Amino acid sequence: MIWNKTKECMSREEMRQLQGARLRKLVDRVYHNVPFYRDKLQKMGIMPDDIRTIDDIKILPFTTKQDLRDNYPFGLTAVQPTEIVRVHASSGTTGNPTVVGYTRRDLSVWQESIARCLAAYGATREDTFSVAYGYGLFTGGLGLHYGVEHFGAAVVPMSSGNTDKHIRLIRDLGITGLACTPSYALHLAEVMEKQGIPEEKIKLRIGAFGGEPWTENMRKNIESRLKLQAYNIYGLSEIMGPGVSHECECKNGSHIIEDHFFPEIIDPETCQPLPEGEQGELVFTTLTKEGMPLIRYRTKDLCSLIYSPCECGRTSVRMTRIVGRSDDMLIIRGINVFPSQVESVILQLPEFEPQYQLIVTRENNRDNLEVQVEVREEYYSDEINKLVALKNRLAHNLQSVLGISAEVKIVEPQTLQRSVGKSQRVIDKRVLD
Amino acid sequence: MKIKQLSIFLENKTGRINQVAKTLGNNGINMIAFSLAESADFGILRLLVSDTAKAAAVLKEEHFAVKESDVICLECSNTPGALAKILDTLSSENIFIEYMYAFAREKSANIVIRPTDIDKCEEVLTRNNCNMLNGETL
Repeated sequence: MIWNKTKECMSREEMRQLQGARLRKLVDRVYHNVPFYRDKLQKMGIMPDDIRTIDDIKILPFTTKQDLRDNYPFGLTAVQPTEIVRVHASSGTTGNPTVVGYTRRDLSVWQESIARCLAAYGATREDTFSVAYGYGLFTGGLGLHYGVEHFGAAVVPMSSGNTDKHIRLIRDLGITGLACTPSYALHLAEVMEKQGIPEEKIKLRIGAFGGEPWTENMRKNIESRLKLQAYNIYGLSEIMGPGVSHECECKNGSHIIEDHFFPEIIDPETCQPLPEGEQGELVFTTLTKEGMPLIRYRTKDLCSLIYSPCECGRTSVRMTRIVGRSDDMLIIRGINVFPSQVESVILQLPEFEPQYQLIVTRENNRDNLEVQVEVREEYYSDEINKLVALKNRLAHNLQSVLGISAEVKIVEPQTLQRSVGKSQRVIDKRVLD
Repeated sequence: MKIKQLSIFLENKTGRINQVAKTLGNNGINMIAFSLAESADFGILRLLVSDTAKAAAVLKEEHFAVKESDVICLECSNTPGALAKILDTLSSENIFIEYMYAFAREKSANIVIRPTDIDKCEEVLTRNNCNMLNGETL
Protein backbone atom coordinates (compact mmCIF):
# COMPACT_ATOMS: atom_id res chain seq x y z
CA MET A 1 0.00 0.00 0.00
CA ILE A 2 1.10 3.56 -0.62
CA TRP A 3 0.24 5.84 2.29
CA ASN A 4 0.45 9.20 0.49
CA LYS A 5 0.17 8.66 -3.27
CA THR A 6 0.21 12.38 -4.04
CA LYS A 7 3.64 12.85 -2.51
CA GLU A 8 5.17 9.44 -3.05
CA CYS A 9 4.23 9.08 -6.70
CA MET A 10 4.67 12.67 -7.95
CA SER A 11 6.40 13.20 -11.27
CA ARG A 12 10.04 14.18 -10.86
CA GLU A 13 9.31 17.65 -12.21
CA GLU A 14 6.43 18.26 -9.77
CA MET A 15 8.62 17.05 -6.93
CA ARG A 16 11.39 19.47 -7.92
CA GLN A 17 8.87 22.31 -8.01
CA LEU A 18 7.60 21.42 -4.54
CA GLN A 19 11.13 21.06 -3.17
CA GLY A 20 12.15 24.38 -4.73
CA ALA A 21 9.20 26.17 -3.15
CA ARG A 22 9.91 24.60 0.23
CA LEU A 23 13.62 25.40 0.03
CA ARG A 24 12.83 29.08 -0.66
CA LYS A 25 10.67 29.25 2.43
CA LEU A 26 13.23 27.33 4.49
CA VAL A 27 16.11 29.66 3.59
CA ASP A 28 13.91 32.66 4.30
CA ARG A 29 13.00 31.18 7.69
CA VAL A 30 16.52 30.37 8.83
CA TYR A 31 17.82 33.69 7.53
CA HIS A 32 15.39 35.55 9.74
CA ASN A 33 15.33 33.24 12.76
CA VAL A 34 18.70 31.53 13.14
CA PRO A 35 21.66 33.90 13.66
CA PHE A 36 24.09 31.06 12.85
CA TYR A 37 22.67 30.72 9.33
CA ARG A 38 22.14 34.46 8.82
CA ASP A 39 25.82 35.11 9.58
CA LYS A 40 26.92 32.33 7.27
CA LEU A 41 24.71 33.45 4.41
CA GLN A 42 25.67 37.08 4.82
CA LYS A 43 29.36 36.23 4.80
CA MET A 44 28.81 34.31 1.56
CA GLY A 45 26.77 37.17 0.12
CA ILE A 46 23.65 35.06 -0.23
CA MET A 47 20.16 36.54 0.23
CA PRO A 48 17.01 34.41 0.59
CA ASP A 49 15.82 35.79 -2.77
CA ASP A 50 18.77 34.15 -4.49
CA ILE A 51 17.05 30.80 -4.04
CA ARG A 52 14.65 30.19 -6.92
CA THR A 53 14.73 26.48 -7.68
CA ILE A 54 15.90 23.40 -5.87
CA ASP A 55 19.10 23.50 -7.97
CA ASP A 56 20.11 26.68 -6.16
CA ILE A 57 20.73 24.54 -3.07
CA LYS A 58 24.28 24.14 -4.42
CA ILE A 59 25.21 27.67 -3.39
CA LEU A 60 24.17 27.13 0.24
CA PRO A 61 26.65 26.34 3.01
CA PHE A 62 26.97 22.94 4.67
CA THR A 63 26.09 22.15 8.28
CA THR A 64 28.10 19.67 10.34
CA LYS A 65 27.70 17.85 13.63
CA GLN A 66 30.32 20.23 15.03
CA ASP A 67 28.01 23.17 14.23
CA LEU A 68 25.32 21.47 16.31
CA ARG A 69 27.73 21.03 19.21
CA ASP A 70 29.00 24.62 18.94
CA ASN A 71 25.44 25.89 19.14
CA TYR A 72 24.44 23.59 21.99
CA PRO A 73 21.75 23.30 23.13
CA PHE A 74 19.21 25.43 21.24
CA GLY A 75 21.34 27.79 19.13
CA LEU A 76 20.02 26.41 15.85
CA THR A 77 16.38 26.51 16.88
CA ALA A 78 14.26 28.55 14.49
CA VAL A 79 11.15 28.96 16.64
CA GLN A 80 10.22 30.41 20.01
CA PRO A 81 11.11 28.01 22.86
CA THR A 82 7.41 27.59 23.67
CA GLU A 83 6.85 26.04 20.23
CA ILE A 84 9.16 23.09 21.10
CA VAL A 85 7.15 20.16 22.42
CA ARG A 86 9.76 17.36 22.35
CA VAL A 87 13.52 17.14 22.72
CA HIS A 88 15.75 14.25 21.76
CA ALA A 89 19.49 14.00 22.22
CA SER A 90 22.21 11.73 20.97
CA SER A 91 25.29 11.14 23.06
CA GLY A 92 28.05 13.62 22.40
CA THR A 93 31.50 13.99 23.77
CA THR A 94 31.31 14.49 27.50
CA GLY A 95 28.76 17.10 28.50
CA ASN A 96 27.91 18.12 24.96
CA PRO A 97 25.27 15.94 23.37
CA THR A 98 23.56 16.77 20.10
CA VAL A 99 20.15 18.14 21.00
CA VAL A 100 17.20 18.33 18.62
CA GLY A 101 13.93 20.12 19.41
CA TYR A 102 10.68 19.29 17.62
CA THR A 103 7.54 21.38 17.18
CA ARG A 104 4.10 19.79 17.12
CA ARG A 105 4.18 19.95 13.34
CA ASP A 106 7.65 18.34 13.20
CA LEU A 107 6.28 15.43 15.21
CA SER A 108 3.36 15.05 12.85
CA VAL A 109 5.73 14.99 9.84
CA TRP A 110 7.69 12.29 11.67
CA GLN A 111 4.55 10.24 12.25
CA GLU A 112 3.54 10.67 8.62
CA SER A 113 6.99 9.50 7.52
CA ILE A 114 6.81 6.37 9.67
CA ALA A 115 3.29 5.69 8.41
CA ARG A 116 4.65 5.80 4.84
CA CYS A 117 7.35 3.29 5.86
CA LEU A 118 4.84 0.91 7.45
CA ALA A 119 2.51 1.07 4.45
CA ALA A 120 5.45 0.28 2.16
CA TYR A 121 6.27 -2.77 4.31
CA GLY A 122 2.73 -4.02 3.72
CA ALA A 123 1.54 -3.37 7.27
CA THR A 124 -2.17 -2.87 8.02
CA ARG A 125 -4.17 -1.71 11.01
CA GLU A 126 -4.48 -5.38 12.01
CA ASP A 127 -0.77 -5.53 12.83
CA THR A 128 0.82 -5.32 16.25
CA PHE A 129 4.36 -3.96 16.32
CA SER A 130 6.80 -4.41 19.13
CA VAL A 131 9.28 -1.57 19.17
CA ALA A 132 12.56 -2.83 20.56
CA TYR A 133 14.66 0.25 19.92
CA GLY A 134 15.67 2.04 23.09
CA TYR A 135 13.02 4.38 24.46
CA GLY A 136 14.28 7.65 25.84
CA LEU A 137 16.62 10.27 24.45
CA PHE A 138 17.42 8.05 21.48
CA THR A 139 14.97 8.72 18.63
CA GLY A 140 14.46 5.05 17.72
CA GLY A 141 11.94 4.05 20.39
CA LEU A 142 9.58 7.02 20.60
CA GLY A 143 9.87 7.78 16.88
CA LEU A 144 8.61 4.36 15.82
CA HIS A 145 6.14 4.28 18.67
CA TYR A 146 4.11 7.32 17.66
CA GLY A 147 4.46 6.44 13.99
CA VAL A 148 2.87 3.04 14.52
CA GLU A 149 0.04 4.60 16.53
CA HIS A 150 -0.54 7.25 13.87
CA PHE A 151 -0.63 4.53 11.23
CA GLY A 152 -3.35 2.82 13.23
CA ALA A 153 -1.62 -0.42 14.11
CA ALA A 154 -1.02 -1.41 17.72
CA VAL A 155 2.32 -0.80 19.40
CA VAL A 156 4.00 -2.71 22.22
CA PRO A 157 6.68 -0.41 23.70
CA MET A 158 9.21 -3.14 24.39
CA SER A 159 12.36 -0.97 24.40
CA SER A 160 15.74 -2.70 24.34
CA GLY A 161 16.99 -5.48 26.59
CA ASN A 162 14.96 -8.20 28.29
CA THR A 163 14.95 -10.69 25.44
CA ASP A 164 13.12 -13.44 27.34
CA LYS A 165 10.15 -11.24 28.13
CA HIS A 166 10.13 -9.96 24.57
CA ILE A 167 9.89 -13.47 23.15
CA ARG A 168 7.13 -14.30 25.56
CA LEU A 169 5.13 -11.28 24.43
CA ILE A 170 5.78 -11.98 20.74
CA ARG A 171 4.26 -15.40 21.35
CA ASP A 172 1.45 -14.54 23.76
CA LEU A 173 0.27 -11.30 22.11
CA GLY A 174 0.61 -12.60 18.58
CA ILE A 175 2.93 -9.76 17.65
CA THR A 176 3.26 -9.46 13.86
CA GLY A 177 5.72 -6.62 13.43
CA LEU A 178 9.18 -6.15 14.86
CA ALA A 179 11.17 -2.90 14.93
CA CYS A 180 14.77 -3.20 16.12
CA THR A 181 18.36 -3.38 14.90
CA PRO A 182 19.04 -6.24 12.47
CA SER A 183 21.63 -7.72 14.82
CA TYR A 184 19.10 -7.76 17.64
CA ALA A 185 16.63 -9.53 15.32
CA LEU A 186 19.23 -12.23 14.77
CA HIS A 187 19.85 -12.43 18.48
CA LEU A 188 16.11 -12.89 19.06
CA ALA A 189 16.02 -15.65 16.45
CA GLU A 190 18.88 -17.41 18.15
CA VAL A 191 17.30 -17.28 21.61
CA MET A 192 13.94 -18.42 20.20
CA GLU A 193 15.62 -21.39 18.54
CA LYS A 194 17.34 -22.29 21.80
CA GLN A 195 14.06 -22.12 23.65
CA GLY A 196 12.57 -24.40 21.03
CA ILE A 197 9.44 -22.33 20.49
CA PRO A 198 7.25 -24.01 17.85
CA GLU A 199 7.03 -21.97 14.63
CA GLU A 200 3.24 -21.96 14.57
CA LYS A 201 3.20 -20.00 17.85
CA ILE A 202 5.05 -17.10 16.25
CA LYS A 203 3.07 -14.74 14.01
CA LEU A 204 5.82 -12.30 13.03
CA ARG A 205 5.53 -11.19 9.41
CA ILE A 206 7.15 -7.75 9.09
CA GLY A 207 10.49 -6.47 10.34
CA ALA A 208 11.51 -2.79 10.30
CA PHE A 209 15.24 -2.97 10.83
CA GLY A 210 17.71 -0.11 11.04
CA GLY A 211 20.11 1.83 13.20
CA GLU A 212 23.18 0.02 11.88
CA PRO A 213 24.53 -1.21 8.54
CA TRP A 214 23.44 -4.66 7.40
CA THR A 215 23.74 -6.86 4.34
CA GLU A 216 21.63 -8.92 1.92
CA ASN A 217 22.94 -12.07 3.61
CA MET A 218 21.79 -10.84 6.99
CA ARG A 219 18.39 -10.12 5.45
CA LYS A 220 18.12 -13.69 4.10
CA ASN A 221 19.27 -15.07 7.41
CA ILE A 222 16.73 -13.05 9.43
CA GLU A 223 13.89 -13.76 7.00
CA SER A 224 14.41 -17.50 7.01
CA ARG A 225 14.83 -17.77 10.77
CA LEU A 226 12.09 -15.40 11.94
CA LYS A 227 9.77 -16.18 8.98
CA LEU A 228 9.12 -12.54 8.21
CA GLN A 229 9.83 -9.96 5.52
CA ALA A 230 12.76 -7.80 6.60
CA TYR A 231 12.89 -4.16 5.47
CA ASN A 232 15.40 -1.41 6.00
CA ILE A 233 14.48 1.79 7.81
CA TYR A 234 16.98 4.66 7.82
CA GLY A 235 17.20 7.87 9.74
CA LEU A 236 19.31 10.06 11.96
CA SER A 237 18.29 12.16 14.91
CA GLU A 238 19.76 15.40 13.54
CA ILE A 239 17.38 15.21 10.59
CA MET A 240 14.44 13.66 12.47
CA GLY A 241 15.02 10.07 13.55
CA PRO A 242 14.04 6.79 11.91
CA GLY A 243 11.82 7.17 8.88
CA VAL A 244 13.95 9.46 6.70
CA SER A 245 13.95 6.61 4.19
CA HIS A 246 12.54 3.11 3.96
CA GLU A 247 12.46 0.10 1.68
CA CYS A 248 9.34 -1.13 -0.12
CA GLU A 249 8.29 -4.58 -1.26
CA CYS A 250 10.93 -4.46 -4.01
CA LYS A 251 13.75 -4.31 -1.42
CA ASN A 252 15.90 -2.45 -3.88
CA GLY A 253 17.05 0.73 -2.16
CA SER A 254 15.35 2.88 0.46
CA HIS A 255 12.82 5.51 -0.67
CA ILE A 256 13.65 8.89 0.78
CA ILE A 257 10.77 10.98 2.12
CA GLU A 258 12.08 13.66 -0.20
CA ASP A 259 9.22 16.12 0.03
CA HIS A 260 10.55 16.71 3.57
CA PHE A 261 14.19 15.65 3.40
CA PHE A 262 16.14 16.68 0.31
CA PRO A 263 19.14 14.42 -0.38
CA GLU A 264 22.39 15.18 -2.18
CA ILE A 265 25.55 13.16 -2.68
CA ILE A 266 28.83 15.03 -2.38
CA ASP A 267 32.49 14.19 -2.57
CA PRO A 268 33.48 14.17 1.13
CA GLU A 269 36.90 15.65 0.29
CA THR A 270 35.99 18.48 -2.11
CA CYS A 271 32.36 18.92 -0.93
CA GLN A 272 31.32 19.16 -4.59
CA PRO A 273 28.04 17.51 -5.63
CA LEU A 274 28.64 14.25 -7.47
CA PRO A 275 26.90 13.18 -10.70
CA GLU A 276 23.78 11.05 -10.39
CA GLY A 277 24.44 7.48 -9.35
CA GLU A 278 27.94 8.07 -7.99
CA GLN A 279 28.83 7.03 -4.48
CA GLY A 280 29.70 9.70 -1.94
CA GLU A 281 28.58 11.33 1.28
CA LEU A 282 24.87 11.73 1.85
CA VAL A 283 23.72 15.27 2.69
CA PHE A 284 20.22 16.24 3.83
CA THR A 285 18.29 19.49 3.90
CA THR A 286 15.18 19.45 6.11
CA LEU A 287 12.76 21.21 3.77
CA THR A 288 9.83 21.56 6.17
CA LYS A 289 11.32 21.32 9.62
CA GLU A 290 10.34 24.06 12.05
CA GLY A 291 12.13 23.32 15.32
CA MET A 292 15.70 22.81 14.17
CA PRO A 293 15.88 23.10 10.38
CA LEU A 294 19.23 22.09 8.90
CA ILE A 295 20.68 23.11 5.57
CA ARG A 296 22.88 20.62 3.75
CA TYR A 297 23.64 18.57 6.84
CA ARG A 298 26.56 16.23 6.26
CA THR A 299 25.56 12.76 7.49
CA LYS A 300 29.02 11.23 6.86
CA ASP A 301 27.15 8.16 5.61
CA LEU A 302 28.44 6.90 2.26
CA CYS A 303 25.96 5.68 -0.37
CA SER A 304 24.54 6.60 -3.78
CA LEU A 305 21.11 7.72 -5.02
CA ILE A 306 18.81 6.06 -7.55
CA TYR A 307 16.42 8.43 -9.36
CA SER A 308 14.65 5.96 -11.66
CA PRO A 309 11.07 5.10 -10.70
CA CYS A 310 10.65 1.99 -8.58
CA GLU A 311 8.53 -0.99 -9.60
CA CYS A 312 6.41 -0.41 -6.51
CA GLY A 313 4.98 2.70 -8.16
CA ARG A 314 6.80 5.25 -6.03
CA THR A 315 8.77 7.88 -7.89
CA SER A 316 10.73 9.08 -4.88
CA VAL A 317 14.50 8.89 -5.03
CA ARG A 318 16.07 5.83 -3.39
CA MET A 319 19.34 5.52 -1.49
CA THR A 320 21.47 2.38 -1.64
CA ARG A 321 22.68 0.61 1.46
CA ILE A 322 25.15 2.61 3.54
CA VAL A 323 28.54 1.26 2.52
CA GLY A 324 30.59 3.06 5.13
CA ARG A 325 31.36 6.33 6.86
CA SER A 326 33.52 9.26 5.91
CA ASP A 327 34.49 9.64 9.58
CA ASP A 328 35.53 7.24 12.32
CA MET A 329 32.08 6.75 13.87
CA LEU A 330 31.25 3.24 15.02
CA ILE A 331 27.75 1.86 15.37
CA ILE A 332 27.53 -0.48 18.32
CA ARG A 333 24.24 -2.15 19.10
CA GLY A 334 22.58 0.53 16.98
CA ILE A 335 24.14 3.37 18.96
CA ASN A 336 26.61 5.80 17.41
CA VAL A 337 29.97 5.85 19.14
CA PHE A 338 32.94 8.06 18.32
CA PRO A 339 36.45 7.09 19.47
CA SER A 340 36.84 10.70 20.64
CA GLN A 341 34.03 10.17 23.16
CA VAL A 342 35.88 7.22 24.66
CA GLU A 343 39.05 9.28 24.70
CA SER A 344 37.40 12.16 26.55
CA VAL A 345 36.08 9.82 29.24
CA ILE A 346 39.50 8.23 29.74
CA LEU A 347 41.19 11.64 29.95
CA GLN A 348 38.90 12.62 32.81
CA LEU A 349 40.32 9.93 35.05
CA PRO A 350 43.89 10.80 36.06
CA GLU A 351 44.67 7.18 36.88
CA PHE A 352 44.76 6.21 33.20
CA GLU A 353 47.25 6.92 30.43
CA PRO A 354 45.74 8.74 27.45
CA GLN A 355 46.44 5.77 25.18
CA TYR A 356 43.63 3.37 24.43
CA GLN A 357 42.53 0.70 22.01
CA LEU A 358 38.96 -0.16 21.03
CA ILE A 359 38.14 -3.67 19.94
CA VAL A 360 34.69 -4.27 18.52
CA THR A 361 33.45 -7.82 18.07
CA ARG A 362 30.13 -9.48 17.39
CA GLU A 363 29.33 -12.64 19.29
CA ASN A 364 25.98 -14.36 18.97
CA ASN A 365 24.84 -11.29 17.04
CA ARG A 366 25.54 -8.99 19.95
CA ASP A 367 28.12 -6.26 19.50
CA ASN A 368 30.77 -6.05 22.15
CA LEU A 369 33.04 -3.07 22.78
CA GLU A 370 36.27 -3.70 24.62
CA VAL A 371 38.24 -0.68 25.77
CA GLN A 372 41.87 -1.44 26.54
CA VAL A 373 43.62 1.04 28.78
CA GLU A 374 46.87 1.38 30.66
CA VAL A 375 46.96 2.54 34.25
CA ARG A 376 49.56 5.21 35.06
CA GLU A 377 52.55 3.71 36.79
CA GLU A 378 51.87 5.23 40.19
CA TYR A 379 48.32 3.88 40.19
CA TYR A 380 49.09 0.23 39.53
CA SER A 381 48.18 -1.29 42.85
CA ASP A 382 49.24 -4.30 44.83
CA GLU A 383 45.57 -4.84 45.59
CA ILE A 384 43.27 -6.47 43.06
CA ASN A 385 40.23 -4.75 44.59
CA LYS A 386 41.62 -1.30 43.88
CA LEU A 387 42.32 -2.13 40.24
CA VAL A 388 38.90 -3.71 39.81
CA ALA A 389 37.28 -0.63 41.36
CA LEU A 390 39.23 1.59 38.96
CA LYS A 391 38.14 -0.53 36.03
CA ASN A 392 34.52 -0.40 37.16
CA ARG A 393 34.66 3.37 37.52
CA LEU A 394 35.83 3.77 33.93
CA ALA A 395 33.19 1.31 32.73
CA HIS A 396 30.51 3.27 34.55
CA ASN A 397 31.65 6.61 33.09
CA LEU A 398 31.80 5.12 29.60
CA GLN A 399 28.29 3.77 29.96
CA SER A 400 26.91 7.14 31.01
CA VAL A 401 28.55 9.04 28.13
CA LEU A 402 28.22 6.47 25.33
CA GLY A 403 24.83 5.11 26.34
CA ILE A 404 26.05 1.55 25.89
CA SER A 405 28.07 -0.71 28.12
CA ALA A 406 31.73 -1.31 27.36
CA GLU A 407 34.11 -3.89 28.72
CA VAL A 408 37.20 -2.29 30.21
CA LYS A 409 40.44 -4.21 30.13
CA ILE A 410 43.51 -2.96 31.95
CA VAL A 411 46.64 -3.92 30.07
CA GLU A 412 50.30 -3.79 31.02
CA PRO A 413 52.18 -0.50 30.73
CA GLN A 414 53.67 0.46 27.37
CA THR A 415 51.73 -2.19 25.49
CA LEU A 416 49.34 0.13 23.62
CA GLN A 417 50.70 1.87 20.58
CA ARG A 418 51.74 5.49 21.07
CA SER A 419 51.06 8.35 18.67
CA VAL A 420 48.77 6.73 16.15
CA GLY A 421 45.68 8.21 14.51
CA LYS A 422 42.26 7.77 16.01
CA SER A 423 41.19 5.33 13.33
CA GLN A 424 44.10 3.06 14.19
CA ARG A 425 42.87 3.00 17.77
CA VAL A 426 39.92 0.96 16.59
CA ILE A 427 39.96 -2.68 15.62
CA ASP A 428 36.57 -3.64 14.26
CA LYS A 429 36.51 -7.41 13.96
CA ARG A 430 32.83 -7.62 13.00
CA VAL A 431 32.11 -9.36 9.74
CA LEU A 432 28.66 -8.53 8.40
CA ASP A 433 27.43 -11.63 6.71
CA MET B 1 59.92 -5.86 61.20
CA LYS B 2 58.61 -4.88 57.76
CA ILE B 3 60.14 -6.22 54.61
CA LYS B 4 59.76 -5.15 50.98
CA GLN B 5 57.69 -7.15 48.59
CA LEU B 6 57.35 -6.59 44.85
CA SER B 7 53.93 -6.73 43.16
CA ILE B 8 53.85 -7.08 39.40
CA PHE B 9 50.76 -6.47 37.30
CA LEU B 10 50.35 -9.15 34.64
CA GLU B 11 47.81 -9.45 31.86
CA ASN B 12 46.32 -12.89 31.56
CA LYS B 13 48.52 -13.93 28.67
CA THR B 14 50.43 -17.13 28.18
CA GLY B 15 54.10 -16.76 28.97
CA ARG B 16 53.99 -13.54 30.98
CA ILE B 17 55.23 -15.11 34.22
CA ASN B 18 58.09 -16.74 32.31
CA GLN B 19 59.22 -13.26 31.28
CA VAL B 20 59.42 -12.18 34.91
CA ALA B 21 61.30 -15.31 35.95
CA LYS B 22 63.72 -14.98 33.03
CA THR B 23 64.42 -11.31 33.70
CA LEU B 24 65.20 -12.04 37.34
CA GLY B 25 67.26 -15.12 36.51
CA ASN B 26 69.34 -13.30 33.86
CA ASN B 27 70.19 -10.69 36.47
CA GLY B 28 71.19 -13.19 39.13
CA ILE B 29 68.23 -12.45 41.38
CA ASN B 30 66.76 -15.33 43.37
CA MET B 31 63.06 -15.67 44.17
CA ILE B 32 62.51 -16.55 47.80
CA ALA B 33 58.73 -16.77 47.69
CA PHE B 34 55.87 -15.71 45.51
CA SER B 35 52.13 -15.94 45.12
CA LEU B 36 49.87 -15.16 42.19
CA ALA B 37 46.50 -13.51 42.71
CA GLU B 38 44.14 -13.61 39.78
CA SER B 39 41.04 -11.78 38.55
CA ALA B 40 39.07 -12.10 35.32
CA ASP B 41 41.59 -10.49 33.01
CA PHE B 42 44.73 -9.73 34.99
CA GLY B 43 46.80 -11.11 37.81
CA ILE B 44 49.18 -9.75 40.42
CA LEU B 45 52.39 -11.58 41.07
CA ARG B 46 53.75 -10.90 44.57
CA LEU B 47 57.37 -11.65 45.11
CA LEU B 48 60.04 -11.76 47.77
CA VAL B 49 63.49 -11.69 46.15
CA SER B 50 67.13 -11.66 47.13
CA ASP B 51 67.68 -8.08 45.95
CA THR B 52 64.46 -6.04 45.91
CA ALA B 53 65.88 -2.77 44.59
CA LYS B 54 67.73 -4.41 41.72
CA ALA B 55 64.77 -6.63 40.87
CA ALA B 56 62.44 -3.61 40.71
CA ALA B 57 64.89 -1.77 38.47
CA VAL B 58 65.41 -4.57 35.96
CA LEU B 59 61.68 -5.37 35.79
CA LYS B 60 60.82 -1.71 35.18
CA GLU B 61 63.35 -1.67 32.38
CA GLU B 62 61.32 -4.41 30.78
CA HIS B 63 58.18 -2.22 31.15
CA PHE B 64 56.58 -4.27 33.88
CA ALA B 65 54.29 -2.39 36.28
CA VAL B 66 56.15 -2.98 39.55
CA LYS B 67 55.01 -1.80 42.94
CA GLU B 68 57.03 -2.05 46.14
CA SER B 69 55.02 -2.57 49.28
CA ASP B 70 55.60 -3.46 52.94
CA VAL B 71 54.68 -6.85 54.30
CA ILE B 72 55.54 -8.80 57.41
CA CYS B 73 57.29 -12.13 57.19
CA LEU B 74 56.77 -14.37 60.21
CA GLU B 75 58.74 -17.41 61.12
CA CYS B 76 56.85 -20.06 62.96
CA SER B 77 57.55 -23.63 63.87
CA ASN B 78 56.64 -26.19 61.25
CA THR B 79 54.26 -28.05 63.58
CA PRO B 80 50.47 -28.57 63.68
CA GLY B 81 48.62 -25.71 65.32
CA ALA B 82 51.46 -23.18 65.19
CA LEU B 83 49.81 -20.96 62.58
CA ALA B 84 46.41 -21.06 64.29
CA LYS B 85 47.97 -19.76 67.49
CA ILE B 86 49.54 -16.76 65.77
CA LEU B 87 46.37 -15.96 63.81
CA ASP B 88 44.34 -16.12 67.02
CA THR B 89 46.64 -13.54 68.53
CA LEU B 90 46.15 -11.24 65.54
CA SER B 91 42.38 -11.59 65.34
CA SER B 92 41.98 -11.06 69.08
CA GLU B 93 43.69 -7.68 68.50
CA ASN B 94 41.31 -6.96 65.56
CA ILE B 95 43.97 -7.14 62.88
CA PHE B 96 42.52 -7.85 59.47
CA ILE B 97 44.64 -9.70 56.91
CA GLU B 98 44.24 -8.69 53.28
CA TYR B 99 46.26 -11.56 51.94
CA MET B 100 48.97 -13.98 52.98
CA TYR B 101 51.13 -16.70 51.53
CA ALA B 102 53.62 -19.14 52.90
CA PHE B 103 56.92 -20.77 52.08
CA ALA B 104 59.07 -23.28 53.92
CA ARG B 105 62.82 -23.25 54.49
CA GLU B 106 64.57 -26.18 56.10
CA LYS B 107 62.81 -26.65 59.44
CA SER B 108 60.91 -23.37 59.56
CA ALA B 109 57.62 -22.33 58.06
CA ASN B 110 57.42 -18.73 56.91
CA ILE B 111 54.30 -16.68 56.44
CA VAL B 112 54.07 -13.45 54.49
CA ILE B 113 51.27 -11.26 55.81
CA ARG B 114 49.74 -8.10 54.43
CA PRO B 115 47.52 -6.65 57.17
CA THR B 116 45.41 -3.50 56.72
CA ASP B 117 47.27 -1.86 59.62
CA ILE B 118 50.87 -2.96 59.30
CA ASP B 119 52.25 -0.87 62.21
CA LYS B 120 49.76 -2.26 64.68
CA CYS B 121 50.36 -5.78 63.42
CA GLU B 122 54.09 -5.37 63.90
CA GLU B 123 53.55 -4.06 67.41
CA VAL B 124 51.26 -6.93 68.39
CA LEU B 125 53.66 -9.55 67.04
CA THR B 126 56.62 -7.96 68.84
CA ARG B 127 54.66 -7.85 72.07
CA ASN B 128 53.86 -11.54 71.69
CA ASN B 129 57.48 -12.47 71.01
CA CYS B 130 56.84 -13.72 67.51
CA ASN B 131 59.85 -14.06 65.30
CA MET B 132 59.77 -11.76 62.30
CA LEU B 133 62.30 -12.02 59.50
CA ASN B 134 64.08 -8.93 58.24
CA GLY B 135 65.97 -8.28 55.05
CA GLU B 136 69.12 -9.89 56.48
CA THR B 137 67.64 -13.03 58.00
CA LEU B 138 65.51 -13.64 54.90
